[in-house]
Amino acid sequence: MARKTECLAMLLAGGQGSRLGILTKNVAKPAVPYGGKYRIIDFPLSNCVNSGIDTVGVLTQYQPLELNDYIGNGQAWDLDRANGGVHILSPYQQIKGTDWYRGTANAIYQNINFIDRYNPEYVAVLSGDHIYKMDYSKMLSFHKQKNAACTIAMLEVPWEEASRFGLMFTDDDGKITAFEEKPKQPKSNKASMGVYMFTWSKLREYLIADEAKEGSSNDFGKDVIPAMHEAGERMYAFPFDGYWKDVGTIDSLWEANLDLLNPVANIDLSDTSWKIYSNNPVTPPQYISDKAEVQNSLITGGSHVEGEIDYSILFSNVTVEEGAEVKYSIVMPGAKIEKGAKVQYAMIAENAVIKSGAVVGEDPQECADLNEWGVAVIGPGLTVGEKAKVRAKVMITENVEGGAEI
Amino acid sequence: MRANNVLGILYTDAYNDCISDLTALRTMGSVPFGARYRFIDFPLSNMVNCGISKVGVIAKNNYRSLMDHLGTGKPWDLSRKNEGLFLMPPFNHGKGSYSGRIEALRNNMDFIHMSKEEYVVLCDTNIVCNMDFGKLLEFHQENGADITLCYKEGRYPMLANVMRLDLAADNRVKKVTVSPDAEEGEGIFGVNFIVMNKSLLERLINQAAAENYTTFEKDLIMKNVDKLKIMGYKIETFCSVIDSVQSYYDTNMALLDPAIREAVFDRMNPVYTKVNDDMPSIYGIGSRAKNTFLADGCKIDGEVENSILFRGVQVAKGAVVKNSIIMQSCYIGEDANLNCVIMDKYGVIRPRKSISGDTSYPIYIGKNITI
Repeated sequence: MARKTECLAMLLAGGQGSRLGILTKNVAKPAVPYGGKYRIIDFPLSNCVNSGIDTVGVLTQYQPLELNDYIGNGQAWDLDRANGGVHILSPYQQIKGTDWYRGTANAIYQNINFIDRYNPEYVAVLSGDHIYKMDYSKMLSFHKQKNAACTIAMLEVPWEEASRFGLMFTDDDGKITAFEEKPKQPKSNKASMGVYMFTWSKLREYLIADEAKEGSSNDFGKDVIPAMHEAGERMYAFPFDGYWKDVGTIDSLWEANLDLLNPVANIDLSDTSWKIYSNNPVTPPQYISDKAEVQNSLITGGSHVEGEIDYSILFSNVTVEEGAEVKYSIVMPGAKIEKGAKVQYAMIAENAVIKSGAVVGEDPQECADLNEWGVAVIGPGLTVGEKAKVRAKVMITENVEGGAEI
Repeated sequence: MRANNVLGILYTDAYNDCISDLTALRTMGSVPFGARYRFIDFPLSNMVNCGISKVGVIAKNNYRSLMDHLGTGKPWDLSRKNEGLFLMPPFNHGKGSYSGRIEALRNNMDFIHMSKEEYVVLCDTNIVCNMDFGKLLEFHQENGADITLCYKEGRYPMLANVMRLDLAADNRVKKVTVSPDAEEGEGIFGVNFIVMNKSLLERLINQAAAENYTTFEKDLIMKNVDKLKIMGYKIETFCSVIDSVQSYYDTNMALLDPAIREAVFDRMNPVYTKVNDDMPSIYGIGSRAKNTFLADGCKIDGEVENSILFRGVQVAKGAVVKNSIIMQSCYIGEDANLNCVIMDKYGVIRPRKSISGDTSYPIYIGKNITI
């Protein structure tokens, strides 16, 4: 048996993120690029390391190749440990047959053996697809102090958005008195962030019970948490007031990226006491030529800029040629924007090429019908031909011929 | 070819004195260069890219920054169960520090002797060059050479013991001239990337001990021109031998030239360095950056032109930085003005201060200095 671990984290990274369309066609959502040099999973992984959690199980299922490759032995996050470290946990074959992870709770259930090896007191269950910086050690202290069976991180959201979340009601002590799942008329604005801290002995018991229960969807939010609540377990809400975003849709991913350029958004990645680590390709520094005009943007290693960049994020090895314009856009690793092309309100996926004179995306102010407006997306490795035009809100999944209008 | 039968040896202290300001608190090998590198990254990456998996790093003094940079050798994939990176600080039975290359090698004879590789490549770290050592080794083998010296044509570096070469038509070295002092002039000169058979190196070092030889270039190379087959291998790509603060400045600035950048940062032969996990660089509203080569983690709110910025440099609003090299985590205050400055790590320029050198006489500002 391995050395005893106080708190172990299980990271749910199996989601497809189907609303991200072409961006998650070949990669799981946690592996989607974010913020110039990160992938979404860097946030929970870095949070774990920075919070002193050195044993992390990453549960993968959908398109795990790139995610596995990215995480590797965990060295980039300092998680290549002799005891603990990062472990990729994929569904596996058992005597009674092979089983996919049928739900979030089932995914943890199928890895009870893994968790037991480390004999932890507490288990944190985290989502692999949220952007936030959070000190889980504070949540753990809170959990211990309240002698809780389960603690759920809670964020007060604007009332008009509350109906999109699982909501909680708490008493003055922070004890959860009731839950409400995505109600039409919200009576609380205390939303669950999908970040849970459990006392392992309790969670273990409920996971086994849930598995035995017929008709259960084996989901934390729908089954396990309500079951614990009904049984009268001590459940607490841990208040969090920093930046938190679920990047489930194209628009929210685009927004979350541009939030990095927004001083009021309260997400600061330059803080060296809470670094977000990532596994980056080896690139030379970035080069900004004498013809370039760069304003309010983030640019990273290996990029070569000769064009005009405004309110945008350029990932590694991006080339923007002379006379090209990139505005309010996210350009992912290896993409190339050729001479005179115009990219606005768009996301250009990895290694895509925008040929000269092409126009991708539309300015909402020039869009006739604002309901038709949205962020344009070019899929990975695709080419948008010379002088082609891609309208707002369009998701390109095949090459676009030169001169075409889509 | 893959050079997995070659032992790499790096001298991190050779010619420290030629940029004594920059090496006051560090070795030549750990002098920052090119926005996010240190000199040692270039020869070390050359070695790794051609398949060398065992590298000895000779360090004489002030090697803390070097050790911090190299760590276990992970960024160069040299953190290995077998072979890998070996740091060799002074080890000479209590006789003080090394006096020269021969003594450094002699005191590490055990390491050299125990290595199973057939060849050795010896490299200095004041050389900025991304070259294929595999081809160099191939040349060495094809010519049946005992020693192969890399060479370059042009202005002699202003350094002691530069080997000036006379070459025959087949590139065999006919004559070597070594002057103990730096001398001006132009011609063919040896660049200290040297390949030889390991057994020969061991023999030469033992002989040097017996004869009390001290100078590698003069006593082991020059004196053996007739006895050994010494070949010259021309470096065809960009190669700069740093011999002064001026050449340090010029070579940094040369990276603003796209062709030189391509040659130094060849995508097929990447230059590896320690990873720092800085966020991407941020360009503020109203900032202006032109012809600048910069690392991650910078925050630019002012104006930057023709400059090299290392990680985490901040240029405040209204500040103007031109023709300068600004090292890691320096802060340039509001409305400050810098021109032709080499600013060492963690420096601070207070608001509205102005410092100006000339491209032919850059001003050096030491580490941790506040102006």
